[in-house]
Amino acid sequence: MEAGIHQLTAGYALDALDADERRAFEAHLSSCEHCQEELASFWETTAALAVAASGPEPSADLRERILADVRAEPPQNVVPFEPRRRAVPVLAAAASIAAVVALGIGLWASSLSSELDDARAALERERAAAAVLVDPSARTVSLQAGEGQLVVSQRGEAVLVLHGVNPAPAGKTYEMWIVPGGDIASANRAGLFSGHEGAELERLDGTVRAGDVVAVTIEQAGGVDAPTTSPIVASNPV
Amino acid sequence: MRKQHTHLSDEALVAMVARGDEPALAELYDRVGRTAYGLALRVLRDERHAEDAVQEAFLAVWRTAASFRAERAKASTWILTLVHRRAVDLVRREERRRAEPLADDPAVHESEASGPEEAAWLRFERERVQSALKLLPDVQREAIELAYYGGFSQSELADRLGVPLGTVKSRMFAGLARLRELLDDSAQEGSWKPEFTS
Repeated sequence: MEAGIHQLTAGYALDALDADERRAFEAHLSSCEHCQEELASFWETTAALAVAASGPEPSADLRERILADVRAEPPQNVVPFEPRRRAVPVLAAAASIAAVVALGIGLWASSLSSELDDARAALERERAAAAVLVDPSARTVSLQAGEGQLVVSQRGEAVLVLHGVNPAPAGKTYEMWIVPGGDIASANRAGLFSGHEGAELERLDGTVRAGDVVAVTIEQAGGVDAPTTSPIVASNPV
Repeated sequence: MRKQHTHLSDEALVAMVARGDEPALAELYDRVGRTAYGLALRVLRDERHAEDAVQEAFLAVWRTAASFRAERAKASTWILTLVHRRAVDLVRREERRRAEPLADDPAVHESEASGPEEAAWLRFERERVQSALKLLPDVQREAIELAYYGGFSQSELADRLGVPLGTVKSRMFAGLARLRELLDDSAQEGSWKPEFTS
């Protein structure tokens, strides 16, 4: 019987089990590490079968229908932000993203050298950031300037998801700040990033506490100890 | 179509989707949607049903992205399993289904992919999998193809092939295990190639 149910891993990976066996196997799977590992590797095999089936493009409006579906329902994990206090004036005056976009035009090619960054380290940072995003107890905090969101775990690990940030201009970097109480004069360095076309996923160095604001400024390459420009991104207070 | 997030991995995009990031879902669709649709069409043999299966699967990605665990599977693999499950559920519900699941439709394969690089990669991958399938014993290959591309359950296959259910189960297990081995071998050959050609 034991051998029998292990053998169902293949049928399960191929979606070939009948309904009752599917249920029985799923019940078994939750407590059988061997079958979990076997299934994971069989799924890589069935994914290869999927790729081998590739055919014509779907119609262009399938993409639109999927995105319309998604807009029609609320995100599952996002905790609606409730402002605790009024926006911090210095951050509310943040430079518009549009100005930064204009700065970036024509200069983005110079950031190619950043592509040579240790790819493995980049992947590690990306994994660390993703881990915070999928942590169900992490809170989403909206931005008062910039497009995207700040996600903060209960231990104060923070990740910025940004849209519309172009690669930093030549000789410049984006610098992230943790700003206790929203007082920009006491901002603490929280890491640098060079920016990409499209979305940005950045894990902050340091710990974010209740009442802190997270901000991003453009600084000289290599970063500075205190912000010298107006933030282009600022969160609401955590 | 503009590629928005090319520096991010599929797995990072899924994590962003878990936070309700719509552009990340759009990017995942741009990366996996074509393969997903090809798979659904192969199983369902009907464009409208295939699109429905893909649409439902991507909605499931949106709803359940937070439950995806990158240490378990690649994100693209996870999405394709969702698509396949939807397609199989739909095909089993359809009475008019599955005329000849084994028939290989050359017109389906020869349409061009989004770019020449993608087309080349898909062709390479398809040939790799098809040559691995050819090395399987006939009865194992038949069980796998009828199940995965035809959407037949193990008991339906036992009826169709006139063999005991236990025989179908063991053919499927032995066949999939052998296919995994063959694909691992050919992937290793593929990864060594650049050392000799460059």
